[in-house]
Amino acid sequence: MVTMVDRVRLLDEETRDQRIWRILCAVADPEIPVLSIVDLGIVRHVRWLADDKPEIGLTPTYSGCPATDVIRDSVRHALSASGYPQAHLVEVLSPPWSSTWISEAGRAKLKEYGIAPPNCATEAADKPVCPHCEGSANEAVELISEFGSTPCKALYRCLVCLEPFDYFKPF
Amino acid sequence: MSRASVVPVSVEFGQSERFRYILRLADTSLILGQRLGEWVGHAPALEEDLGVANISLDLIGQARMLLSYAGEIEAAGRDEDQLAYLRDQNDFCNLALVEQPNGDFGCTIVRQVLIDAWQLELLSWFDASTDRRLREIAAKAVKETRYHLRYSSGWLVRLGDGTEESHTRVQASLNDLWKFTTELFTPDEIDTLAENAGVAPNLNELRGSWLHRIDEILNEATLTRPDDVPYVWFGKCGEHTEHLGHILSDMQYLQRTYPGVTW
Repeated sequence: MVTMVDRVRLLDEETRDQRIWRILCAVADPEIPVLSIVDLGIVRHVRWLADDKPEIGLTPTYSGCPATDVIRDSVRHALSASGYPQAHLVEVLSPPWSSTWISEAGRAKLKEYGIAPPNCATEAADKPVCPHCEGSANEAVELISEFGSTPCKALYRCLVCLEPFDYFKPF
Repeated sequence: MSRASVVPVSVEFGQSERFRYILRLADTSLILGQRLGEWVGHAPALEEDLGVANISLDLIGQARMLLSYAGEIEAAGRDEDQLAYLRDQNDFCNLALVEQPNGDFGCTIVRQVLIDAWQLELLSWFDASTDRRLREIAAKAVKETRYHLRYSSGWLVRLGDGTEESHTRVQASLNDLWKFTTELFTPDEIDTLAENAGVAPNLNELRGSWLHRIDEILNEATLTRPDDVPYVWFGKCGEHTEHLGHILSDMQYLQRTYPGVTW
């Protein structure tokens, strides 16, 4: 039976979860600042420890992504500034992060920013669509470099508008 | 073929054997990552500078996860930094192949193809390992390694099937480096114990799928697979070529000179 006290507790828990997620939604990825870490899909869970400490599970995108440490610091700082200095951060390795975890909102933000979002249809069909002139068919782009300015991006050129652009690799 | 190892012979895959096995994987990634880092600012084109630097980053990231795990198994209070920066040459147990000098860009690519294909087979196998932590690290790393091989094999095909000059040079590098590949598939006690414990694959079986993959790439690159050499280097047992010491003197300099220094 759910008592009134339980109801209040449930309500209370929901709002404190939402509050943490709201704080995390404002933490930007240091290398692609239009994306929040929630858009990127690297926040794996928010839990509560026995002494009302929030525990945040974060997963790295690439094993060696230098942004990982910066992100941890940003999360700690944001939570601390919002009244959770005791927040506990844990690294979650499994299941490994996938670019399919980027939210729809995140994909739209990437495109707007000039980065082609990952083509998630299949791993083989990984040719991007030009984020500048959009209309270009898949064949009308060429690879400049398999590696770009960050571990998660490759560099392409559009053969229609001739502009180079970053492609967020399907991973 | 078997070989006396630097750790006491044991019949069980215990704590010290597991530590040693994970450390080998970690050291191999770390030393190769350090080697590739030498290209930064020196690669033939900006795109390749980015390429090798990114592969180097992935490898060092993998090494950090493995070294941390090794440190936890050892339970002697050593963390990833202490294991990377404060061990001497003979305590490193990377494969001898990865400590070989970069040479020209083609030579670096040959070494990378050989090791990427090995890593891809090994990391894929770890999906069935009895070691949960290793499974988790490998599940992440295998996706990166697949992309590394796509890059390195793409270059090997271009260079092998390129000009007479590029073909001659990568074939010479392949002939030179091939002798170090025997170690990848020659088990010592630790490998055998790891296999028996379900942690690691049978290296002979792994060699079959590796060779298949390598032959396909070499064929497309119009290169000839060299003959095997009977002598086996045992970098994984701490027996290194002259090159490792030079890498360590560079990599460890800061921590050795200013112990505990941080940025």
